[in-house]
Amino acid sequence: MKVTQMEILEERKKSIRCGKGDCVQTLKCDNDSIAGSVSQRACVYCGARVVLNPITDAFHIVHGPIGCASYTWDIRGSLSSGPEIYRNSFSTDLEEKDVIFGGEKKLTGAIDEIVRKYSAKVIFVYATCIAGVIGDDIGAVCRNAEKKYGIRVIPVQSSGFAGNKSTGYKAACDVLMKLMESSGQLPKPDREKSPGSVNYLGDFNLAGEAWIVSRYLKSIGVEIVSKITGDSRCEEIMKAPDARLNIVQCAGSMSYLAKMMEEKYGIPYIKVSFFGLEDTKLSLIRIAQAVGGHDAAEKLLKLFEKEEKYISGKLAYHRSRLKGKKAAIYVGGGFKAISLVKQFADLGIKTVMVGTQTGKAEDYETLRNMVEEDTVILDDANPSELEKFMKERGADILVGGVKERPLAYKLGVAFCDHNHERKHPLCGFEGAVNFAQEIDMSINSPVWAWLSKNSKGATT
Amino acid sequence: MLNATPKEYVKRSGLVINPAKTCQPVGAMYAALGIHRCMPHSHGSQGCCSYHRTFLTRNFRDPVMASTSSFTEGTAVFGGGANLKTSIKNIFSIYDPDIIAIHTTCLSETIGDDIPTYIAQTQIPEGKTIIHVNTPSYVGSHVTGFSNMVKGMVKYLCTNSKNPNGKLNIIPGFVNPGDMREIKRIMKLLDMEIIMFPDTSGVLDAPMTGRFEMYPAGGAKVEDIRDAGNSISTLALGYFASADGANELEKKCKVPCKILKTPIGIKATDDMIMAVSRAAGKAVPYELEEERGQLLDIILDSQHQYQGKTVALTGDPDFLIGLTEFILSMGMIPQYVLTGTPGEYFEKEINMMFKEAGVEGKVKAAGDLFTLHQWMKENPVDLLIGGTHSKFIAKAEDVPFVRLGFPILDRSVHSYMPITGYRGGMRIVELISGALLDRRDRDAADEDLEMLL
Repeated sequence: MKVTQMEILEERKKSIRCGKGDCVQTLKCDNDSIAGSVSQRACVYCGARVVLNPITDAFHIVHGPIGCASYTWDIRGSLSSGPEIYRNSFSTDLEEKDVIFGGEKKLTGAIDEIVRKYSAKVIFVYATCIAGVIGDDIGAVCRNAEKKYGIRVIPVQSSGFAGNKSTGYKAACDVLMKLMESSGQLPKPDREKSPGSVNYLGDFNLAGEAWIVSRYLKSIGVEIVSKITGDSRCEEIMKAPDARLNIVQCAGSMSYLAKMMEEKYGIPYIKVSFFGLEDTKLSLIRIAQAVGGHDAAEKLLKLFEKEEKYISGKLAYHRSRLKGKKAAIYVGGGFKAISLVKQFADLGIKTVMVGTQTGKAEDYETLRNMVEEDTVILDDANPSELEKFMKERGADILVGGVKERPLAYKLGVAFCDHNHERKHPLCGFEGAVNFAQEIDMSINSPVWAWLSKNSKGATT
Repeated sequence: MLNATPKEYVKRSGLVINPAKTCQPVGAMYAALGIHRCMPHSHGSQGCCSYHRTFLTRNFRDPVMASTSSFTEGTAVFGGGANLKTSIKNIFSIYDPDIIAIHTTCLSETIGDDIPTYIAQTQIPEGKTIIHVNTPSYVGSHVTGFSNMVKGMVKYLCTNSKNPNGKLNIIPGFVNPGDMREIKRIMKLLDMEIIMFPDTSGVLDAPMTGRFEMYPAGGAKVEDIRDAGNSISTLALGYFASADGANELEKKCKVPCKILKTPIGIKATDDMIMAVSRAAGKAVPYELEEERGQLLDIILDSQHQYQGKTVALTGDPDFLIGLTEFILSMGMIPQYVLTGTPGEYFEKEINMMFKEAGVEGKVKAAGDLFTLHQWMKENPVDLLIGGTHSKFIAKAEDVPFVRLGFPILDRSVHSYMPITGYRGGMRIVELISGALLDRRDRDAADEDLEMLL
């Protein structure tokens, strides 16, 4: 079969480390995809949209042709504890005449209509490819609207072509900074800040994950000032400068904001991960050390004991059914990939391939030090490469996003969605059980038995 | 989620809320996947391609392969020529398709990329083909994109080589692979040799074999599409998705065409079958008579379950034109019919049906789901039919809901099960009466819960 036997494209060779003896030492990453590739990556707009969309009480207006709005309408599975306005799709649906004569008037009209219809306090206006190219001055439209209505109307610089998804993350972080500056007040001085106050950056509350982490933190006396951005409200984000510490889960999207906040507000940050038992515990310990009270250690032990008592039997059951299997990982960011490698190891599963869409050089360095010599590491893979390495290394399961799911199934490889379509929380202690259960269900699905029978029949 | 929708209707000029359409390129990509061993290529930012693949994957639950020109800031300034040429070279050398079907995006259209010139400046390997279409996202909808890609296939491929093949061309329109299969089955029963293009059956409903095929077994073969220029005539099913291609084929290769409704329900299926029977000069076989009779029998048996009920329908225009006609022949009242795709023809067709049936309904092209929701708040209906995005309205208004059309992102199997032909009609009846009766059973007091319905 041609595709399986294909050679890796010359330009791609530097982005793949095939294992032992491979001369590629430092992975080429953080680049644009090659023209003509079936890339699994998205654009600047996508990056900005996924980060900001979970803000539940903001009005998100997409300024562009309808597609950009349609494809991002309520896609993330971010849950809200209150407002649901973010789950609607607002857009200017630019048409040919707007492209010729400019879309500013339509945008102004759209903002007017939103303000008239709802009592909007914060509106985000996303620039798409076309808004950038036809030269609409979105900034000016937003400024005028702010003046006219006395509310925040913030442009998001997210023209699709102006970089990659990571650029979009930065654009979103810039907007979040602007939102924080909205109050016009100086942040509290350190001595007035509540001792156990943190902001939780980079959890988008998929399947309610931010709520689980909030519960853990509460039980050790740490209060979240601002969740950024899962289940957050604008006012809450404006208060973020009053926290003592930033904890960053999705480092790929939020390191930039954490660094800006450190510079501007003097708030230090630590990277955490709540995927897998090891990283969950380690992260909670580090948070407790940084901002916990004198009894934090004691509370932590109690929490661990309680949670582990509840899950240990279940995990042991799944471990017994999964031992010796092989996993392939292809996810968005580097930090998640690192956690997943550990989580698989905990289940007795070896990672034979690991790749990301937007991992950074240091993430790949960490991965290299974690995995075994012969594990394939790759950046911005295309489906043929994923297929090649999964087959070659005999992966039993792939962890990825929606575009990888049917690919894995067609190959007869089990699958777990660790992206927007996760069906239950995958973080923390209970998430570790959900993860193990999902992996178990997929790998040990009775349907595989029928497949092997059929394919045997087909080849004879 | 939609509790914020106000009842009072406010006229809007700049704002679309909860769209009932998406953009051209995704329709073009879907059509291109209906060519055997074709790599659809998106000439624009990599986000577009990624979104379209995700969207189609979510609807069909199958791998969707397509490549992108990966525009950068430099490309937006200097044009996409270099990117396209590199893309073509890379696609043929890595992915080895028989044909690349290029579609544009809003970005490449606005910066004025001249695709034919770029293609002409490229070395195309022997035996390989490239076609292209312009699909600016700011014109029409995904249905327009599908139609444009079909037209592109005709323009680039169909040739009248003066060798009549005695076949009938069928352009199936923007329907599921399951429907394309069903239409092919009906043609087989009619003993008519056909060329169907595009044909996504066998591509987006490919079987599980333990192997990943970049190009699954299905799809219209390039040589067959070429040969469509030698056919007796063309049946275009669905005005919005298929008429342009069929007209182009008539113009280019002198193959006469007939434009029919998407064959949903009794009348539209009758029309399709009669047209083929006439073209073939053959009688309609008993099997199809039997299926038709079965559908009528089923409607008679179950009519009391849905007659007189009011329905709100949303989806793509060709689908809605067929479905509205069928809903009327089932004795239901299509109170609201709304599509996101622009086009006066749509409102005209639906209004004609309203008039003929004496129904006071509302119809709207280029509408959005917010409008539909407001209509339903003003004057509620008994049933809502549409794609997944309308489920939020169904929940907010507590109305029984039937998922039909595109896209369906929260259920599986729909793309395999036809809604076209008489057997497709049976399925629609089953879904509608099932939804209404499930609701009735759910709400019934214990003493009212009946065994026989």
